[in-house]
Amino acid sequence: MGGLLSYFRNLLGSREMRILILGLDGAGKTTILYRLQVGEVVTTIPTIGFNVEQVTYKNLKFQVWDLGGQTSIRPYWRCYYSNTDAIIYVVDSADRDRIGISKDELLYMLREDELQGAILVVLANKQDMAGCLSVAEVHQALGLDALKNRTFQIFKTSATKGEGLDQAMDWLSNALQSRK
Amino acid sequence: MNAFKRDKKEEEDGGGNPFQNMEKTTVLQEARTFNDTPVNPRKCAHILTKILYLINQGEQLGTTEATEAFFAMTKLFQSRDVVLRRLVYLGIKELSSVAEDVIIVTSSLTKDMTGKEDLYRAAAIRALCTITDGGMLAAIERYMKQAIVDKSPAVSSAALVSSLHLTSVSGDVARRWANEAQEALNSDNVMVQYHALGVLYQARKSDKHAVTKLVSKLTRTSLKSPYAACMLIRMACKLLDEDEGAGELYEFVESCLRHKSEMVVYEAAHALVNLGRSGSRELASPISVLQLFCGSPKPALRFAAVRTLNKMAMSHPAAVTACNLDLENLITDSNRSIATLAITTLLKTGAESSVDRLMKQIATFVSEISDEFKVVVVQAIRALCQKFPRKHAVLMNFLSAMLRDEGGLEYKAAIADTIIAVMEGNTEAKEAGLAHLCEFIEDCEHTSLAVRILHLLGQEGPTSKQPSRYIRFIYNRVILESASVRAAAVTALAHFAASCPPLLPNVLVLLSRCQLDSDDEVRDRAAYYCAILQQQNDPTLLPLIQPPLLSIPSLEGALRNYIRSSMDQPFDISQVPPAQTVEEPTQTEILSNIKQQPRLTREESFMEKLSQIPQLATVTRDCPLFKSSAVCELTESETEYNVKCVKHSFANHLILQFDCLNTLTDQLLEDVRVTVEPPEGYTLIGEIPCPRLAYNEPGTTYIVLEYPKDIQASVATIPTTLRFTARDCDPATGIPDAEQGYDDEYMLEDLEVTLADQMRGSAGRGLDFSAAWDAAAARGFSELEETFALGASVTTLEAAVRSLIGFLGLGAAELSDRVPSGTVGHTLLLGGVFRGGKQVLARARLALADEQVTMQLSVRSPDPDVAELITSSVG
Repeated sequence: MGGLLSYFRNLLGSREMRILILGLDGAGKTTILYRLQVGEVVTTIPTIGFNVEQVTYKNLKFQVWDLGGQTSIRPYWRCYYSNTDAIIYVVDSADRDRIGISKDELLYMLREDELQGAILVVLANKQDMAGCLSVAEVHQALGLDALKNRTFQIFKTSATKGEGLDQAMDWLSNALQSRK
Repeated sequence: MNAFKRDKKEEEDGGGNPFQNMEKTTVLQEARTFNDTPVNPRKCAHILTKILYLINQGEQLGTTEATEAFFAMTKLFQSRDVVLRRLVYLGIKELSSVAEDVIIVTSSLTKDMTGKEDLYRAAAIRALCTITDGGMLAAIERYMKQAIVDKSPAVSSAALVSSLHLTSVSGDVARRWANEAQEALNSDNVMVQYHALGVLYQARKSDKHAVTKLVSKLTRTSLKSPYAACMLIRMACKLLDEDEGAGELYEFVESCLRHKSEMVVYEAAHALVNLGRSGSRELASPISVLQLFCGSPKPALRFAAVRTLNKMAMSHPAAVTACNLDLENLITDSNRSIATLAITTLLKTGAESSVDRLMKQIATFVSEISDEFKVVVVQAIRALCQKFPRKHAVLMNFLSAMLRDEGGLEYKAAIADTIIAVMEGNTEAKEAGLAHLCEFIEDCEHTSLAVRILHLLGQEGPTSKQPSRYIRFIYNRVILESASVRAAAVTALAHFAASCPPLLPNVLVLLSRCQLDSDDEVRDRAAYYCAILQQQNDPTLLPLIQPPLLSIPSLEGALRNYIRSSMDQPFDISQVPPAQTVEEPTQTEILSNIKQQPRLTREESFMEKLSQIPQLATVTRDCPLFKSSAVCELTESETEYNVKCVKHSFANHLILQFDCLNTLTDQLLEDVRVTVEPPEGYTLIGEIPCPRLAYNEPGTTYIVLEYPKDIQASVATIPTTLRFTARDCDPATGIPDAEQGYDDEYMLEDLEVTLADQMRGSAGRGLDFSAAWDAAAARGFSELEETFALGASVTTLEAAVRSLIGFLGLGAAELSDRVPSGTVGHTLLLGGVFRGGKQVLARARLALADEQVTMQLSVRSPDPDVAELITSSVG
């Protein structure tokens, strides 16, 4: 009975997908969230805790959780893992010093049982900055080659200029729909 | 089966509280629903309500439970249901003190408080401030400042009140946000203005000058908000209380009597009558305002006015008399609280002739008012009994009728207290009072009260005209009541048997039945009393029926010492100082209902201090502190060095404690000692100098003396000198100069060791003096008797009694220290213990003729030297 109901829900495209936006502090998570929701750049302050918003993209509804990236807040990420459909992992491509930490956090997170079925989108953000790492460099620095059993894709984006987000969301929508 | 039973019970309750049979664990289990997606707002709101209900019912959540529920609750932020969101705010506020890591919702709340949804903003501010600690304060500061000056009054008020709460997190919040609060003070909204004033006051609170400036500035502008005006009046009054001179402020408060808001007018009137500068001229205008309010159609105003008048009637009955006519009109007020206050006010101000009428009036509705107001009535009656002793019959009857009514413990206790007070103040009322109390305990549901009354019966009953009539009432308790009441009844019975020999055989029969009781305490007491009472011909045992109240820590110490000794001598209980008796609360204390905290006696606290000093251990280890004298000053108060002395008497030793204070900023004293020349017979055992005495830091030095073998020599004068090494030092830092100090000395006043220092009064109510006096003769006490003419400074019997008690250090028995006015002869009965545990009884017959008091003093003591010391030192 429940299965039938959810089948209809899927058909109508009304089921809300649950997406987490994660990444180190200052990577641009909150900017991306509001770029997706209202389509413009808002001034943000470091997120203490989380922001949760509903985002509609091409008739698909997403419930997007943007969790703060500060060291003190990262331990709480795991409280929000359950029932997650997809993870958008944001990397500051210009922050060469901390890309290693970013990698560690990503791998640590992907080991969680609750996230085994979640689709991963990595955004190499801040591509507009001079001297940033290229997508390939980010791909390598995060060690994504070693990733097995995971639907994932990496995109280069610039949240402030609004570049690359559409491609990423297109891919994510398709991946989520084809998974069903 | 259980579930079925519960269902049935619920049905019987018939639509009662739907949250009645909840269990914490079940509800917290349900809270896991919060994690489901999508959120079901209705279901979650219901569960969240249950959690809030439980917490508000006093259910304690563990840290883990609370944290788990809290994080589950954070998931609800995804829902945009307004009701649910506002419940989440409440949940955050309730759980923030228990759960960990609550800062996780900071961003979400900041977003809500700055967002477009007005329904969220104020509540989000309040929730945000409960989860903010000192570290996070900076992160929200900007938003709070914006919110304080927000257009929406609800938001602005919430921010202002929250910043007041945040002062407990960070003290200077109010000061940092004062600019914004100043802006909010100009708001048109009454609440915002009020709350802004609160924040501004908080910011200046510690700086009296700044408060004065704020108040005087605002008194010149008129505040729109009546709430703010009331607060300003309170601020002005606080300043007036601290500082008499501010006439401008007084005028301001008085001008508020003509404010257009009734609230402000009342506040001003209330403030003026409570200001403490109570000339009849100053009181006239506020009282006329209150009088006007008495006739107001609004019950709240009438209530406020009559309540204030009622309080005032205590301190200024004459001023309130002006309102008597208006108060008469309120007697029949349909609001019973107003009527009660009106009547009790009239009882306080009215004449004796009106008492009967008023009591009849109040009797008609006393059953309809709440306990709180019944207590007001009882207190008024108590005051009346003191004022008009002749009315006690009417009032006693009224009280006993009230006792029969339904009522809580506090109310019943107030009545019993009043009856007891009336009995104590008025011997005529005693029999009637005891009868009423007996009737009351026949059907008394309050154990503590029953125990108290039984104790009182045991004390007072045996001396009444017909002691035997109380036995039945008391024994009924033994048959019908709970264990603690039964135990109290057994004790009361024993008191009767001890004091009334004719009743002894009958009581012994009753007590022997009590030995079969099922409760240990009751059986123990019955066995104890039976054993003592059966030795009826030994008068020394009778005091054991009413053992003196001893200081428990001292008793424990003395027993421990005794066990360590060889135990060949019997334990001497008279060494142990008595417990501090709780003094009868005075009239003002009854009014303010201040409960007295049980404290350590002076001796106990001193003993604790002394026993921590190792050099004194030789004295303090073996023997409890017998008596500590009052503090005596050995210097004038304005001198360079200030020395005070407390004399601690032990059985054979005297420890002198010198508390020294150096009032010179440019001197540091080292090796400070008070040297004494031991008078004849005394032996100097040791001295403990104070190594260092800096400016304004108290220091203590001790001298240990052994009392002379010859008791006669113990009353002596000891010359004392303060000796020390002085070093000059920098007044600012207190650091001494490098050079060597110089020895110096400073003469102090002589120290007197008096009789009272070595004597402890121990009579009190419990002692049956004549029995003890006669027993003393039988036990071979030596007796001395002498007649004295007291000095010219003593011209009344009261003065003679006072000075004799003070001089001898004995305690008065059988309330014989109260001299009935107008008499020319009086017998003062005294009892006490001399250091070393020697009992002393004294009887002073005083006679007054031509302002000259003559006294015949008889002293009985087992030690003839002690008796002689007493008579010789009086002479």
